[in-house]
Amino acid sequence: MTPMIQVQNLTKRYAGVTAISDVSFEVSKGEVVGFLGPNGAGKSTTMRILTGYLPATSGTAKIAGFDVFGQSLEARRKLGYLPENTPLYPDMRVCEYLRYRADLKGVHRSKLTERVGDVLELCNLVQVERKLIGALSKGYRQRVGLADALVSDPDLLILDEPTIGLDPNQIRQVRELIRNLAQKRTVLISTHILPEVEIMCSRVVIIHKGKIRASDSAENLLRNHRAAGSIRLLIGSGSEDARPFLSQIPGIREVASETEGDTQILQLRIEAGADPREPILELIRERRWALRELTQRRATLEDVFVELTHSDS
Amino acid sequence: MRTLHTLLERELKSYFHSPIAYVVGFFFLLATGFNFQSGLMNLNHSGSEVTLVEASFNSIQFWFPFLLIFPLITMRAYSDEFRTGTIETLTTAPVEDWQVVLAKFLGSFLFYCTLWMPSALYFLAFELLTGKQAALAAGAYGGTYLLLMLLGMFYCSIGCLASALSNEQINAAVMTFVSIFAAFLGGLFTLIFDVTNPALRDLISHVSAIEHMMDFSRGLMDTRPVVWYLSMTALVLFLNLQVFQYRKWKA
Repeated sequence: MTPMIQVQNLTKRYAGVTAISDVSFEVSKGEVVGFLGPNGAGKSTTMRILTGYLPATSGTAKIAGFDVFGQSLEARRKLGYLPENTPLYPDMRVCEYLRYRADLKGVHRSKLTERVGDVLELCNLVQVERKLIGALSKGYRQRVGLADALVSDPDLLILDEPTIGLDPNQIRQVRELIRNLAQKRTVLISTHILPEVEIMCSRVVIIHKGKIRASDSAENLLRNHRAAGSIRLLIGSGSEDARPFLSQIPGIREVASETEGDTQILQLRIEAGADPREPILELIRERRWALRELTQRRATLEDVFVELTHSDS
Repeated sequence: MRTLHTLLERELKSYFHSPIAYVVGFFFLLATGFNFQSGLMNLNHSGSEVTLVEASFNSIQFWFPFLLIFPLITMRAYSDEFRTGTIETLTTAPVEDWQVVLAKFLGSFLFYCTLWMPSALYFLAFELLTGKQAALAAGAYGGTYLLLMLLGMFYCSIGCLASALSNEQINAAVMTFVSIFAAFLGGLFTLIFDVTNPALRDLISHVSAIEHMMDFSRGLMDTRPVVWYLSMTALVLFLNLQVFQYRKWKA
């Protein structure tokens, strides 16, 4: 089966600056892929090439088998795109704008009213359909942008930071909406809200400084990564200094400690795949320390993200 | 065809949604009305041999407001799209770049045409009220309005090109005005200076808007200016397409 998105050795250089270099990835039909990276990593550039807005310097990109440059119109017919910052015409009314966009995207004339009605309802815009876009709040504008991306009922949705600049309630609404949309479609979404990605996306692609750093399911990334997790250990401060004993245990990479009142607080960083909880308990029993708390903290996608994109290497 | 129609409809709507259109329309009506009235006054007082149409369209009162409206009509064609980023939603829809360029041009041109509509009423009213002819023959009307359309096409295309070059409306407006004014002044050259070289003289009169107007308003229609304005419009629109793609791809 042809993958929905196929990117091969994509490179884009602007006047002397390499925005993305040798980027390759694939997205199969029905996948929801989170596209992550710090600001300026090349997310928007990649998305803009995929949507036919920018030409690549070298490499190829295909949407549903159509080359985005050579068969640009066919490729563009397959996708709905929400650009960063949701540019819209402020002088148009919501329903008028969506009708215009549907018409432009080739929705059949007899189905225009029906499609526009559908997306108005889907994106919760019915109560503002007669309002001027310029008079809408940021949350509504974002939803108008999403409705626009959806109006031609495309197979693929490319959403560039759909939740940026929204308040927590609006983020929640947009997230719910995207989750509903993802049931029937292929979605490529870039965002900075990592817990969202962990919930919504079947796969994560992390890009940093124009290069792909990781491409895997969130689970696998967490399992395989160095930042696999940490253990928080609280023992009574009457006991001896625990650090030298703990660092002897295999699987523990690093031990940090501080004392608060009569409690020693220890943060243990664990190597990938290791689970030293039982040897630690063993040690506590042996040394007769007063155990107050032992918690394993699972690594989050945020840890992986920071680890992969923090260093300049 | 459908895409072009949709784009054009949106362009025209955007003209009539903006207050600038009505301000331009109001002042244009004022200027053409004033121009008509001063043409009438001139004929009344000087007893010259020209017709009202000739008197109205061959005066400084006509040319000055005429050249001034193009920057106002075309300045926001592309500038706004680039500045607000809507160019990205527009060009990632399944539309071809040439369709965008053509729709923007036709939008500005059709808006320009609507500005001229009321002026026909002046001459109609004059003929009905005085029972006299305002032009030598029907051909003089036809020639005048044909030339107005041709000049409109050429100057609108220049305005669209300038707008595609800049994110700021004001820059686009200044560029448009300077280019149109320069093209217009070039045609005045033989009237101001004594040009002795016959080849240069010929060349200038071939491209002189003011000389074209003198002929066309008398009903002397020549195909050379028609070809000149149509081909220049096509050339500028071609440049416009190149600039548009360059700007878009550089973004």
